[in-house]
This record gives sequence, structure tokens and C-alpha cells, in this order.
Amino acid sequence: MNHTISVLVRNEAGVLSRISSLFSGRGYNIESLTVAPTIENEFSRVTIVTSGDDKVIEQIMKQLNRLIPTIKVMALQPQDSIERELILCKVCAKDETRSEILRIAEIFNAKIIDVTHKTYTLQAIGDNRQIRSLIELLRQLGIRELVRSGKVAISRENSFNHIKSL
Amino acid sequence: MTQQTEEKVNLMTGAQIFLECLKDAGVDEIFGYPGGKIISIYEALYNCDFIKHYLVRHEQAAVHAAEGYARVTGKPGVALVTSGPGACNAITGIANAYYDGYPIVVFTGQVDLNQIGNDAFQEADIVGITRSCCKHNYLVSDLRDLPRIVKEAFHIATTGKPGPVVVDLPGNILTEKGKYVPVEKIKLPGYNPTYNGHPRQISKALQMLCNAERPVILSGGGVVMSGAHKEITELANTLGIPVTNTLMGMGTYPADGEMSLGMLGMHGNYWANHAVSNCDVLFAVGTRFNDRITGCLKRFAKDAQIIHVDIDPCSISKNVSVDIPIVGDAKNVLDAMLKEFYEKEYEINSDVKHAWFAQIQEWKQKRALPAVSSEKLNPLTVIKEIYNCTKDLDPIIATEVGQHQMWTAQLYKFNHPRQLVTSGGLGTMGFGFPAAMGASIGLKDKVVINIAGDGSIQMNIQELATCVQYNIPVIVAIINNGYLGMVRQWQEKLFNKHYSETKITSPDYVKVAEAYGALGFRVEKAEDIAPTMKKAIEAKRPVFIDFIVEPFEMVYPWVLAGKPLHNVLLSNDGIEC
Repeated sequence: MNHTISVLVRNEAGVLSRISSLFSGRGYNIESLTVAPTIENEFSRVTIVTSGDDKVIEQIMKQLNRLIPTIKVMALQPQDSIERELILCKVCAKDETRSEILRIAEIFNAKIIDVTHKTYTLQAIGDNRQIRSLIELLRQLGIRELVRSGKVAISRENSFNHIKSL
Repeated sequence: MTQQTEEKVNLMTGAQIFLECLKDAGVDEIFGYPGGKIISIYEALYNCDFIKHYLVRHEQAAVHAAEGYARVTGKPGVALVTSGPGACNAITGIANAYYDGYPIVVFTGQVDLNQIGNDAFQEADIVGITRSCCKHNYLVSDLRDLPRIVKEAFHIATTGKPGPVVVDLPGNILTEKGKYVPVEKIKLPGYNPTYNGHPRQISKALQMLCNAERPVILSGGGVVMSGAHKEITELANTLGIPVTNTLMGMGTYPADGEMSLGMLGMHGNYWANHAVSNCDVLFAVGTRFNDRITGCLKRFAKDAQIIHVDIDPCSISKNVSVDIPIVGDAKNVLDAMLKEFYEKEYEINSDVKHAWFAQIQEWKQKRALPAVSSEKLNPLTVIKEIYNCTKDLDPIIATEVGQHQMWTAQLYKFNHPRQLVTSGGLGTMGFGFPAAMGASIGLKDKVVINIAGDGSIQMNIQELATCVQYNIPVIVAIINNGYLGMVRQWQEKLFNKHYSETKITSPDYVKVAEAYGALGFRVEKAEDIAPTMKKAIEAKRPVFIDFIVEPFEMVYPWVLAGKPLHNVLLSNDGIEC
């Protein structure tokens, strides 16, 4: 099962490498990893999607917490948090499929951010399920290129107490 | 003089500032090897009267020596090596200290900041390379950060679960000029080790121990580290609980104490292994349940409720599932337990404990069978005799890794913590000699003996030159059986006596010793052991003693890897019990 772990770290050189080499060195899996500074430039927020049983996830959280630059580690429960992913998707656009692409984009609240003679480029934001079904639909129309941001997640404010933190 | 020129006069080089930082950290002895990128530190050392530098013969040895120093003194050990090959050579030492959790700070040279990443001469990405084998590491990229980084490095190395910290020093930082501004406070918001155990968990654990019918205490290296040996001894004696220890926990409960079961695990005592396999409560303190201790994990203490005290939360429930976890420093936790025990007058059921002791006594009767008899000197005899000759001197015993290490752990009776200096987690051949050297420098009035194998001693034999140069009186007792004995033992039992590449030749160790300017002896008869040891101790010089022993002696008891602890082999006949 996938788990989302949110880590607040000091924003210093090499910190991302410490985290990723912790995962590779101990044989943990990384599904996706995003990182950027928070509202204070001194700290960065890392969102990691990983998989494993409860014991593995507990170890991952403890090990992350042991890193010196780590300030706080939280496992975000799906019901208590909001998760989003951004994709940019370049789709083949032929005369007969252009309207279909626009229709799909509208349904998924995606934006067309670039148009050429042969392609449409879509920007879409959504949770994992939405993104997957959008990609599935676009795939049938011919995807030329796709980039995904990896998941970012935030806890719901009123459910802070339910967050398992270390 | 104008104010401006006065300020210029007060400026120091980065290297000088570095030495001031060490002085403030209380460092007065370091182990190192010079090279191009740290030459300016050596320049600063030239006129330095507060730091004594020991020039080793290999960087690996510098780090092992620093660890040996840290092990016996409890103070952090310091090693200084140059960039590239110097730093790479240090890695085994860093990893060794990481696995056994000893506080050392290793300073490595680095190419100038503007050369980093350009594949400059003697460049290595040491921060990247050591990331997974040290507690923390730094690259100093601004001279103004140097005092803070050095202060943090010592703080991180010595607090929480101790470990090695690496500080990479680019050449240009060391030659730049600046002012030394000492750092008063450490700001590490994410680093807050937990020292006090949770009071409710402590009460629960105490209750469980008092109600136990077949309890066992497992004492590990963490007990040494926190200095909790007195507390664990008091707790065991007061509550009447037998104590077994890991290799790292040797001497935390006196070997000749009433409750002592001795070492647990692959080559642990038969009765200790059986006691842990059959206990109903296991109180583990400061151990991370290494596979050499647990054997088959599924069957490890399978009927027992497990209480685990460790300062490192990662160690808890990593290998063995724990019923009562207590994160905290062993000494604080045990102190709190004893206090509560005396205050609240817990009751102990001595009748059921009596039956448990009777059972352990019964297991004790079944000892390892006598050693292989042959015309050659028996290695077990050598170690027993070394013990007899030196026990009153309360020496430091170091070992390398292999059969001799296990025989030493089994036969030398360690009554004090920090008395055995040995590589546990990483199992580093070549560790013992330089570590013994560091230990001897750390405790100058102690007799220090390194019990070595003929394989291991050849891995850092060059340090004899260091010992001679500074007259460090380490006695090296080489248990010379002509084989890489532990691997040969595995080949004998598990690979049909295919002794593939385990027969090893040795130089004439007496001549080697003499060539280096040390003393050398050879012993081939049991009656020569004691007189030779006496001569070696009285010489107060570096000494090699070459004990030519029976090559085919095996280490028993032996639990094969992956087997449960109570599946103990007691002899060559393969009797499993």
C-alpha cells in the first residue's frame, strides 16, 4: 500500500541526497518525491510517496527522523489530508480529435496551455485517481510527452491531531 | 599602529582557527597523516603546543586509533587525513565506528572550493561517499562556518547514540585568513535525543520484570556508552535476574558476578542461549538485536515479552518486535527503575526464580566439550593463560576479527566495561592493532594487549612503526594457525572441507618485530606462555608474540547462521542440542 510521508527539513546543501540515499541504502521504495522551500526559506518540505507494510513505514519514519537536518516527520493519512499532483501532457491533435481533447480537458478541469499544428499541451491538477484516469483517456488519443510533478500533500487543518507524527 | 593594521595582525589562517576549535572542544591528542590539501594544518601544528599529533602509517589506522582512544576513555577520538586517497582510506574506520556507535570526529582534506567537481588531483566526494556510514557529515564552504561546524560535529558525535562525524575541509578555507569567533550555543532544531524514558513505560517494565518467572537481562554496547554498568549490575542483583551480554556489552556485568551468563549469540554460551530461548521476559538494554545475537529471528525468545531500552528509536522494533519500548539513555532509565523499585516496594517472587536458576545451572553443566588435543599448542590454552597472567593488571584487551576474537570473548573474563576493544558490527579485520594503539595513548598507564590472528595482523601490521616511533607499549599476541581460521571453520562444516584460499602464510613475526625496532618472541609450548607474557609486560615496549598453535581448532559453541539460538553445536562431532 502507498503511504505519503511529509518531512520538514533544514534547507541546506545535500539534504535531498541524504534522504534519497537513505531510501536506496536501506532498500526502501520511492514512488515519488517532491521538494521545495516552505514559506520560510530556511526550511524545505519533502513529500515522499513510498510503499511497505506498517513495520517498514515505521522504520522509514524513524530513520528519516534520525537525519540531523530533519525537523519533523509526518505520515499523512488520506482521509485527513489533501493530495495533488500536476501533470503537463502533450497530446497529438488531429482535426478529428481536437474537440475530443477539449471535451476531456473540460471534464477534468485541465487547461490547454499550448497549441501547435500537431499538438495540444494540457496542464492538469488532481489527486492520484483523477490524474490516472485523465492519462488513460489521453493515451488513447496519443500522448507525445508527459511530465508529472509527483505528489504534494498537506494535512487538513482541523484534523491535525489525527496525524501520526514522530 | 592604526586600528586597521592591528586587526590584520590578529587575523589567523583557517588552519590556525581549526586548531583553536579543537582546543575549545577539549582535544589534545589526534591521529593523522599529512598530505597536500591539509598541509596548512600541519604548518599550524608545527608550533602548536596544545595538540599532540600521532603520525600513523595508514589513514585507516588513524581512524581505528581514534576509535580505540574513544572506546577506552569515553572521550571523542579525532583523526585528520588528507583529501582523495587519504579520505578514502579512512572510510573503513568511519564505518566501523558507525556500526559500533563510538564517538569520533574525522577531518578530511578537500580540494579548493573552486576545484570541487572538476576531478582535481586527489579529489573525492567524501561527503557523498561517507553519507551512509557516518552519523552526520559536513563540507565547510565558508571559513566563518568553521567554528560552528566543528562545535556541532563534536556535539553530534558524542550525544544521543554516539557515532562518527566527518568534516571535509577544502584547502582554500584552511589558507584563508579570518578571525576566530568561538561559538557559544549550538542550534540544531531537528536534533533532540531523548534521554529520559517514559515514566509509565518504566513502571510497566518494572512490574513485568518483578512478575516474571524466567527473566533474562540482555546488556549491550549502549550500557557501556551511557556508563550504566553499575545500574545494570544493581538491578540484576536486586531483582535476581541473570544477565547475558552482547559482544559490545562485554564487562557491563562482571563476568565472575553471581548473575552472569556471559555472552549470547552465534558463539555465545550454551546456557545463555538456552536461557534466552526459554525466558518469559527479556529485558534488552542498549542493543540493536544484530543477527549474530538473535540467530533465526522468528524463533528468537519466542515465548518472551520483550522490553527494549535504547536511545535510538530506530533500533526499537527494527529486527525484533518489542512489547514495551523505552526510548532513553540506559543509565537514566535504569536509575528511574531502581528508584521506583525501592520507593514503591515491588514484590519479587523468589520461589519461581529459584526454579529458573536451577534450570540454568542444569544447562551450565553441559559445557563445550574439551578442545582438540594435539601436539601443537592449543589456542584456547593460550588465551586462558594470557588471562591468568594479566587478570590482576586489569588490562585493556583489543582483538582483531575471527576465531581468536571469539575465543577471547569466551575465555577472557571481563569484569569492567571498556575493557574489551573489538570490532562488532562491521567485523573489521585489521581493527585491533591500531585501536589498541589508540587505547594505549588514551590510557597511558594501562597494559594493552591486542589478541590477533595471523590473517588480521597482516592487515595493519605497518602500525608497528607508529608504536615504535612513539614507544606505545602495545603487546600483540598473534594466534598463528596458518589459516583464516573463521572462514576455514565455515568451509570445514558447510563446504565439505574445501579450504578455498584460506590457507595463509605469514612472515617471521619475530624478525618483523625486530626489523621495526620492536621486541619479538615465539611461543610453541604451553609452559612458555606465562614467562613470555611476563617479559612482554615488563618490557614496556611494543612487542609481537607469535603463538604457533594447532591449526584446526574450532570455535564452539556455534549456532549456524540463520538457526535458532538453542540449536547449539558443541563439538566437531556435530552434536546439536
